[in-house]
Amino acid sequence: MSALAGAVVLGIETSCDETGVGVVRLRADGHVDLLADEVASSVDEHARFGGVVPEVASRAHLEAMVPTVRRAMAVAGVRPSDVDAVAVTAGPGLAGALLVGVAAAKAYATAWNVPLYGVNHLSAHVAVDTLEHGPLPGPALALLVSGGHSSLLEVADLAGPINQLGATIDDAAGEAFDKVARLLGLPFPGGPHIDRVAREGDPDAIAFPRGLTGPRDPTYDFSFSGLKTAVARWVEAAEREGRSVSVPDVAASFQEAVVDVLTAKTVRAARDRGVDQLIIGGGVAANSRLRSMAEQRCASAGITLRVPRPKLCTDNGAMVAALGAHLLAARVDPSSLDIPADPGLHVTEIVMP
Amino acid sequence: MLVLAIDTATPAVTTGLVQLDAVAGPRTLAERVTVNARAHGELLTPHVQAVLAEADVRLGDVDAVVCGAGPGPFTGLRVGLVTAAALGHALDRPVYPVATPDAIAWEVFRAGGEGAELLVVTDARRREVYWARYDTTGARVDGPNVERPADLAARLAGMVVRRAVGQGAELYADVLGLPVAAPSFPSPAGLVGAAAEALLSHARPGPLTPLYLRRPDAVEPGARKRVSQA
Ligand SMILES: [Zn+2]
Repeated sequence: MSALAGAVVLGIETSCDETGVGVVRLRADGHVDLLADEVASSVDEHARFGGVVPEVASRAHLEAMVPTVRRAMAVAGVRPSDVDAVAVTAGPGLAGALLVGVAAAKAYATAWNVPLYGVNHLSAHVAVDTLEHGPLPGPALALLVSGGHSSLLEVADLAGPINQLGATIDDAAGEAFDKVARLLGLPFPGGPHIDRVAREGDPDAIAFPRGLTGPRDPTYDFSFSGLKTAVARWVEAAEREGRSVSVPDVAASFQEAVVDVLTAKTVRAARDRGVDQLIIGGGVAANSRLRSMAEQRCASAGITLRVPRPKLCTDNGAMVAALGAHLLAARVDPSSLDIPADPGLHVTEIVMP
Repeated sequence: MLVLAIDTATPAVTTGLVQLDAVAGPRTLAERVTVNARAHGELLTPHVQAVLAEADVRLGDVDAVVCGAGPGPFTGLRVGLVTAAALGHALDRPVYPVATPDAIAWEVFRAGGEGAELLVVTDARRREVYWARYDTTGARVDGPNVERPADLAARLAGMVVRRAVGQGAELYADVLGLPVAAPSFPSPAGLVGAAAEALLSHARPGPLTPLYLRRPDAVEPGARKRVSQA
């Protein structure tokens, strides 16, 4: 450990539409300090398409990569000779987008002659919490909810394997927010708009279905596709019958259904597994109703809730750097320089060999 | 000067270390060229390491980087450009972009000096080709463009060009009706040769902008689809 104290790790993230570069420093006691977290987003270029266009995202990553690395190093105040390892998201994510980050990370690691860690994006979402709340005291559950993923994970150790308890069987939670927002005439990305509009609405106005909560359904898996369809049917029926549609009521009732299922299944998993720490990450973690319901349900179940600040919840390079620092501290073998970008990288694979 | 050359605009993953001399021109010290359209991301950096090891040179000894800027089918093209850009930043060395067909043409004209007009044709996938035309001195006078081979063949009637190079010319030889010569892909020496003037004069490099020649496939959503029966 002593040789690694003060080690600086640069992290690169390009799995979706954010070009993220973070810089962290490892302390002797295992704490990881955030030095820089620079993000260039192409989200505006995707807005008119109603979703992320992979080729548009990949082009933007290529343009933004080196300028974002330069900015992150300047903000962190580190010189090339200060960097001790480079970490990069190797998957899961969009193939062409991942490839840009992986190729850049290999080049930096080669030029600086430092180890490369090709890491799992989901593990990085979990690891980022340590930048804000310090080392994990023990096993934790992690609920990762974004436009690309909805997973319930059990994490014993950030540098070790992750056990996936459940995941969405169809749409990701954030994707459901985007689709329902479009249905209601709200802009992309839908999450923040639904959250805002829902504050004016009644969450109990419409009883939308809670997916996969029947007695025979998989306990920890999620499904949001049926809910999205139910919202569409309800809006169409109202229009057909000439009833006025209260957008705040629909938004609030939809959001309530999503958040109810997410938190109920997560708290149940914590009880079942005897785990008393919960980390929520991903872009949907910024949702105010998810935060408030999770706080309430965790409090009554005796679970400590850890939600990083919104900027660390969305995709960023700091999370990748943080995971890289934990891998370095645990002396995990670095990745080979011939690793591919793996769009389907399984959550159990934390770092590519 | 010692130049690292990279190109991933074609199915070949091309890397080489080239010594560039003002009088003698480029001399290749080591090269790795692997034809595998699906492995640019995996192979490029190991190739860079292999040529460094073979030439017994450290990356820090490299004076400049030259990179093919395409045109090339999207994904692979970016691997070379982002690798070159990151190496240039990390090593604090200039990176010179070269149009990939210029690198291919350079080799043809060096071999035979001045000669007949030349068409460089590479595979653009989706049943299209990228092409560029060079005059008798080796100067590019048309392109690069992207087109269906049959449309390019129709244009040839109005041109004096009577020879073609590049893998696209091989693939569509029957459509284009031109004799096809080597090379199929750009070489490190061709890349450095095409950038020699800029390299030797220490010119300020142009932007590392990929030549995509196509717009991204993306459609704006239309009206909402109904989910219930009307
Ligand atoms: Zn994510």
